Amino acid sequence: MSDTPSPQGDEALPVRARGLVKRYREVLAVDHIDLNVRAGDVYGFLGPNGAGKTTTLRMALGLITPTEGTVELFGRDPLREGARALDGVAGFVEAPRFYPYLTARKNLQLLAALDGDGASVRIDEVLDIVELGPRAGHRVGGYSHGMRQRLGIAAALLRRPRLLMLDEPATGLDPAGMRDMRALIRRLAGDGITVLLSSHQLPEVQELCDRVAIVDSGRVVYEGALADLRRQGGAGYRLRTTDDALALDVARGKEGIEHASAGEHGIELQADEQHVGELSLALAHAGIGILALTPELATLEDLFFRLTEGGADGADGAGGGVSGNGAKPQPAQVG
Amino acid sequence: MSSAGAASPAAAAPVVPPARARSRRPSVLSVYRWELRKLISQKRTYLGLALVVILPLIFVVFEGLHHDHNHAENIFATEITQSGLATPVLMLLFMSGFFLPLAASLVSGDIFANEDGNGTLKTILTRSVDRGQVFAAKALAAMTYAATAVFVSAAVATIAGVISWGFHPVRTFSGTDVSAGEALLLVFASNAVYLIPLFTVAAIGVLLSATTRNSAAAVVGTIGLVILLFIVGEIPGLEGIRPYLLTEQFQAWQGLLRTPTYWAPIGHSAWVCALYGVPALFAGYLVFLRRDVAGG
Repeated sequence: MSDTPSPQGDEALPVRARGLVKRYREVLAVDHIDLNVRAGDVYGFLGPNGAGKTTTLRMALGLITPTEGTVELFGRDPLREGARALDGVAGFVEAPRFYPYLTARKNLQLLAALDGDGASVRIDEVLDIVELGPRAGHRVGGYSHGMRQRLGIAAALLRRPRLLMLDEPATGLDPAGMRDMRALIRRLAGDGITVLLSSHQLPEVQELCDRVAIVDSGRVVYEGALADLRRQGGAGYRLRTTDDALALDVARGKEGIEHASAGEHGIELQADEQHVGELSLALAHAGIGILALTPELATLEDLFFRLTEGGADGADGAGGGVSGNGAKPQPAQVG
Repeated sequence: MSSAGAASPAAAAPVVPPARARSRRPSVLSVYRWELRKLISQKRTYLGLALVVILPLIFVVFEGLHHDHNHAENIFATEITQSGLATPVLMLLFMSGFFLPLAASLVSGDIFANEDGNGTLKTILTRSVDRGQVFAAKALAAMTYAATAVFVSAAVATIAGVISWGFHPVRTFSGTDVSAGEALLLVFASNAVYLIPLFTVAAIGVLLSATTRNSAAAVVGTIGLVILLFIVGEIPGLEGIRPYLLTEQFQAWQGLLRTPTYWAPIGHSAWVCALYGVPALFAGYLVFLRRDVAGG
């Protein structure tokens, strides 16, 4: 994990957390979390319920004070600089909340007034983006959960964010709503907005994110590119040949080929691309024909459970070595 | 983003381009304006106002039916039918101890706690306003409401009184007569002076609201403190502290209705109220500035 000093100004990381700790009396909710969200990332903040994701987001937005550590948004600390640190930052923590006795439009007018900078002229635009224009005159108290989520996105977009922090944005939505929410997030990311997406929904993260931090029991157990994680966790191959028994002997004798075993549908093995290439040559040299050689990357779900349920054993275990960020004894946890 | 449409506007609509840095920040005034709009939009706001409107009307109707005022303890009560301008004075006398503090605490005790309960505090604190601005705007809104309650009550009492008994000169507590015009000014000034202790009650409500995060606890706590101070003021042997009790300041405005004007109780009231109100506001500010916003 990078520990470079935080540059100031626009070049600073959208989110940079160092040694973030939040303790509620004896309960350690967040345990020395480091995060590096880079400009342009769609960054998945992934973890089971109660892992400390929401608490971390609250600290990032300056809503709660860290017990230890610092968090900076574009090089600015929300605790020291207050609202100025949230310039270019928008989003919501847990479900977005609005004044139920006001209409959606009035809620947005209020929030635009609290944003300044001419945000009020964008109200119709953001309502159109989330398709709430026709219902903008209705009181939010009568809105469904999905409509409130969409209004939450609209409220965030009012700020013309460079960084969008979304906490479980698809939770509670129906499948179509989830699909549309993902499409919107993808589109926002495509327009250059850095997205920090906190979620416990693996398909959502797998579909949207390019970098992830996996957090468990208040600790980051992995941070990096999703592709790297998947490569680390399961550069596996399935091999079918004209003579599987002989091919297995050849594979076991080759350097760089690991965990070669006979499976139900052929030989399963783990190796990097270079060694797989060497194996294919060796098989040909031994007169064995290759019928199929299929790469099988581990799914995010596999990796997630290895990291969060397997702990240190899972991270280093024979079933697929995933490099975590150090495993410590499990602290008590809070959501 | 609905699934029903043929093409999702999420994919078709233009997305707001990212901004660089903010040039104009909102002022406390714009936050305050929205605090007032929120108050205006809530039904509970009108509960306190209804109380302070209905009571003078009931009073006027009752006094209109009840013709024996000669045995009243207060000069304004004996003069009630001589001038409609005695009515707002009597109503202030009647409502200053409990009903107006109750109206003030209904809003001041609710002003932070309600947002905590709804989870909207995190919504406004993740915009471009600092916590100090939000605190100032909410405290000002709570006091604006208290002032509104006082002057609405006074206006209703004055109008109802004048309609019932006419716009005539009034006899003061000192027994001297003042013209109707001067009496009207004195009514206004008396209510304005009464705002000093009432703002103090609102400041205590704001503190409890920011601290307890519970509307009921803050409202009951505020009005409970007023009742407690009344009780303390009645305990034999504690006469020495009575001039320093907040509840004693509720009657300081009566100094204006004497000839010559008694300024001493008004000045005394101002600094005693400051002793209660300023620390309450400052403590509320510090609590709000440093506290975690984790609800909702």
